[in-house]
Amino acid sequence: MQAGAKAGPLGASRIHDSAARHVAGEAVYIDDIAAPAGLLHAYLGLSTIAHGQLVSLDLDAVRAAPGVRAVLTAADIPGVNDISSTHRHDEPVFATDMILHHGQPLFAVVAQTREAARHAAALAKAVYEEAQPLLDVAAARAAGGALVTDPLKLERGDVAAAMAASPRRLKGSIEIGGQDHFYLESQIALAIPGEEEDMQVFSSTQHPSEVQHMVAQVLGVGSHAVTIEVRRMGGGFGGKETQSNLFACVAALAARKLKRPVKLRPDRDDDMIVTGKRHDFVCDYEIGFDDEGQIHAVDAVFAARCGWNADLSGPVTDRALFHMDNCYFYPAVRARSEPLLTHTVSNTAFRGFGGPQGMVGAERFIEEVAFATGLDPLEVRRRNLYGGASFGGGPGRNVTPYHQTVEDNIAGEVIDALERSCDYRERQRAIREANAKSPVIKRGIALTPVKFGISFTATWYNQAGALVHVYTDGTVMLNHGGTEMGQGLYVKVAQVVAQAFGIGLDQIKITATTTGKVPNTSATAASSGSDLNGMAALDACETIKARLVEFAAKHWQESPEAILFRPGFIQVGAREIVFADLVKAAYMGRVQLSATGFYATPKIHWDRKAGRGHPFYYFAYGAAAAEVAIDTLTGEYKVERVDILHDCGTSLNPAIDKGQIEGGFVQGMGWLTTEELVWDEKGVLKTHAPSTYKIPVASDRPRIFNVALLQDAPNREPTIHRSKAVGEPPLMLAICVLHALSDAVASVGGHRVCPRLDTPATPERVLAAVERMRAEAVG
Amino acid sequence: MRDTLRFLLGDELIEIASCNPTLTVLDWLRLDQRLTGSKEGCAEGDCGACTVVVGRLDRGRLRYEAINACIRFLPTLDGCQVLTVEHLKGEVGALHPVQQAMVDCHGSQCGFCTPGIVMSLFALWLNEDAPSVSRIEDALAGNLCRCTGYEPIIAAAQRMYRLEEARRFDRDAVAAQLREMADTETLALNGPKGRFLAPATVGALADLVMRHPDATLVAGATDVGLWVTKGMRRLDPVIYLGRIEPLRAIEDRGHHLDIGAMATHAEVRPALAALSPQLDELMRRFGGEQVRNAGTIGGNIANGSPIGDLPPALIALGARLVLARTPRSHNPHPEEAASAAVPKDEGGGLSRRTIPLEDFFLDYRKQDRREGEFVEAVIVPKLATDALFHISKISKRFDEDISAVCGAFFLRRDARGLIVEARLAYGGMAGIPKRATAAEEALLGKAWDEAAVAAAIAALPTDFTPLSDMRASARYRLTVAGNLLRRFLIETTQPGVETRVAGLLAEAHHG
Repeated sequence: MQAGAKAGPLGASRIHDSAARHVAGEAVYIDDIAAPAGLLHAYLGLSTIAHGQLVSLDLDAVRAAPGVRAVLTAADIPGVNDISSTHRHDEPVFATDMILHHGQPLFAVVAQTREAARHAAALAKAVYEEAQPLLDVAAARAAGGALVTDPLKLERGDVAAAMAASPRRLKGSIEIGGQDHFYLESQIALAIPGEEEDMQVFSSTQHPSEVQHMVAQVLGVGSHAVTIEVRRMGGGFGGKETQSNLFACVAALAARKLKRPVKLRPDRDDDMIVTGKRHDFVCDYEIGFDDEGQIHAVDAVFAARCGWNADLSGPVTDRALFHMDNCYFYPAVRARSEPLLTHTVSNTAFRGFGGPQGMVGAERFIEEVAFATGLDPLEVRRRNLYGGASFGGGPGRNVTPYHQTVEDNIAGEVIDALERSCDYRERQRAIREANAKSPVIKRGIALTPVKFGISFTATWYNQAGALVHVYTDGTVMLNHGGTEMGQGLYVKVAQVVAQAFGIGLDQIKITATTTGKVPNTSATAASSGSDLNGMAALDACETIKARLVEFAAKHWQESPEAILFRPGFIQVGAREIVFADLVKAAYMGRVQLSATGFYATPKIHWDRKAGRGHPFYYFAYGAAAAEVAIDTLTGEYKVERVDILHDCGTSLNPAIDKGQIEGGFVQGMGWLTTEELVWDEKGVLKTHAPSTYKIPVASDRPRIFNVALLQDAPNREPTIHRSKAVGEPPLMLAICVLHALSDAVASVGGHRVCPRLDTPATPERVLAAVERMRAEAVG
Repeated sequence: MRDTLRFLLGDELIEIASCNPTLTVLDWLRLDQRLTGSKEGCAEGDCGACTVVVGRLDRGRLRYEAINACIRFLPTLDGCQVLTVEHLKGEVGALHPVQQAMVDCHGSQCGFCTPGIVMSLFALWLNEDAPSVSRIEDALAGNLCRCTGYEPIIAAAQRMYRLEEARRFDRDAVAAQLREMADTETLALNGPKGRFLAPATVGALADLVMRHPDATLVAGATDVGLWVTKGMRRLDPVIYLGRIEPLRAIEDRGHHLDIGAMATHAEVRPALAALSPQLDELMRRFGGEQVRNAGTIGGNIANGSPIGDLPPALIALGARLVLARTPRSHNPHPEEAASAAVPKDEGGGLSRRTIPLEDFFLDYRKQDRREGEFVEAVIVPKLATDALFHISKISKRFDEDISAVCGAFFLRRDARGLIVEARLAYGGMAGIPKRATAAEEALLGKAWDEAAVAAAIAALPTDFTPLSDMRASARYRLTVAGNLLRRFLIETTQPGVETRVAGLLAEAHHG
């Protein structure tokens, strides 16, 4: 970094740029925007069956309802009735003949008020010819296993031979549950028609450019006629990467049709019924290993309930395979994905994007080997780490199943440091001792590592743009393609710009993300936000600075090398000039004070057909240890203590990063414990509101929650400030909770039988595992 | 009769002459007043993004409570003050300590839940001086945050007490204003979509209930609110019981408590906690703080939910229900007059009958409430010193969740240690809160030991054929229903054994 980096705002725990507005209720979300004159409200009419033929749709009562201004179906779409993000043409805005999931949109009604539209939508009379819905992996497989997209196979080494040669082998299976995003702000879009074909849409989206393309496609206009804007989302977590398209397109369609502004905000229940979630998986595995706990071969199939269309299921299931190794070297490995078509919501991106499911698989493999060999699970983890020099390691033990060499491995160091700092061994011993004296409540402890690959595996997504304007009073307007969903991206990028110019954060205005300022952006996803947009913004700053240096050198007759941007001033030879004076002078000297910036991640490439490449620029590491108590009479449990050591490289903002770590951990803990999605036999989602779908509350967080950022660990790659991405990796730290529960359950059977705890590990699942332990320990 | 709704929005007197009876406070704030700080996250009182603070007169004193604006009907604010997140900043725009602490501790990320969290903490700040971490967690149980993992919010709740107040909330002035507004006139408010009737006396209530047999009686609206926001039902007329002060009374009568139907869960908790720490914990876990502040004991019973957590506990305690109505009925029920046990005309010129609580629940969502009747009070016997008592609520998530199974047990033994009285009441096991009569039978005459428990467990399948649903499977429910009797036995015979993983009872065990 440039001179003066230490004194600047980079690396400091600056507060979220909107914090003061958040707490005052002054941060504006889309539903808070003052209603434009003539605003109408749209609401979706949904199918009431999961699978079958739509025979007829009688909308007369809907049209006749009070306040209704229009009813829209597929026939009203001037462009294409499709919003498939992967252009497979498998995601109609409105169903026309086949119904493929319960809650599929059939039509939209537009009325004077949201209440009127919502009431009217319920009046439709649809006649269906019902067909048997395929609701889960087993049913989809039994019906032939139709896939929504091409599967992936990763293979390295001769798996059959290695498996055959393994001293020991075992087979097993794990069910890994899905997860609703439960962003607090539901999906929403506000569309305002302009002149000719112009359309402005305020969309709560992580991917404004895709919303722009989809709206253009549905309206049958060029992308240049559509502008998407989003200042902030009330949470995204992946749920607004593609799932926002539907709401934006319907609002825009209605606005176009009625030539009036139209807002569409589904009720929470409808949001949960309509939109996709984290994929649930079934992973079937065979492991070859030896008595020392060393894995020789892994052969695994990751089958996912993808729902009714492809959406992002291809890259999600790919990423599951990319993380089925976690931190471990498999001498021979074969991993296959099975992205199955089911008649359920179309599962989509969710923080970790398949990675968490792959990693839960990896940790189960370790657990199986530990129980089979009688070794301590942490010891088995250590023996199989990449590099693994301490035990039968050596050169070559650092190649992933996708043939990328792990060059930045610090998993061993992170595990060792955490094991020491949380007093893991002593606590494990004490827990075992106390369990022996406690007939009902049993405690468990586990420590699990994380290695998460950073970059979009769709390589072209790894680019970003920014736009920086410097005004003559020295204030700066910053815009980039990344979206703010709470993760603190805006403040981090503002810190980059403040540092670059040597100015204060208060001199920078962070403006809403809009396709009109920075075009062709990637989704704010894959943890990439600050990596990509921070670099793009810095690029723009450097362009402006170069112009300012050139100008200043001429103006003050100094060599360019004598001009330095210091915190609070610019040093021009012996002079100290404040930024505002410099830019004022530069303006008078007719210097352009605005620039775009661009960044494309280097080094990465990926050949999906061959299953080989270097898809990740680098890896982010971390480790967590959890201590839990379970009740062997009811299956209830409590996470009592968690210790985390996480690698953010050189943090751009430690407070923001800590927030991502804690929040990601608790969200991951919810996924693995109480967040259970239940569909009935007709394919109706029964957990479609917070009354039935249980995300963690304040008392679920561990009372003892020690979170530390790994110190003195700059990213080995030249990322922005040598930082590391932090959005997703911490979610997977929560896998330690699953294994601590498993450890507690195993205590019932004297730690001889692998509990094989599936997820979510609800109290019911924990009790079932306890009962199985009791039965198997006796038998 | 008064036909204008009156309340304070901050310091401003609001008078509304026409309003739909089920217009929610949240919609009114956001759509009518353009106060968009309060958010809609779920519209069912579970996420807390809409939390506002309501001040009301409670026996002449001002009481502030956090409530969910999304399921509260606007006319129920009559005579109250409502404070929203917009009211917290000081004159010169300085943040309130609650807000400043949230900023300082990085307590917001996406910010959407934040106004609700700020208001829940503001209520805590108004009411309590140095809450423990457990108490802070309780105060936030009705506020979901998906971003932070709560740690910085808990830190903010501790820090807020160390910051200087930028704006003084003048309680005396507000109390005086509310006193001035208070009257005993029935509020009869008309709106385009129906009438809202809010009597201020029990007599007026009885008359209205008799005159409007089709009316929906609303207490805390923590369930009725959802009939509107989720079921999109139109309710007309609505009779609101919240203005009737005597119905909020909680009286200690020596051997029993008389609890008015409109006493909220928050108000009832200390009274029940005095009977048993198990009741304290049950009441602590009831919904979220906002629901505990709004929901009432009478509403919880009258609503007849198969899982309502209070009825099993009250049934196990042997509680009796007082139903009242005006005697001007044209066809008085013969039973009413015939029964000598029924106290009549004790007050207000009403006829009353008192029944065992368990008899009130006839079938799924069907209760023994006769024409013109309303639930007036619950009589809760205190526990005898030799009684054994137990409550367990089992839910997927420990706090702010609905039971998969709730078990409440009462036993008495004779001098020889043999069980002479047993009440085993369960929620979540049938269409109504119900006693396990076969299991009770199995216990009678036995010593309280493992053999007795085994016999009771063996009888449970006779008592119950539970359902499988999204909360739990039938198998889990039946297994746990039995295991709770084991827990009861251990807790009453081996006090040294740890039996709870979370909550007050676990903390008490840890000391």
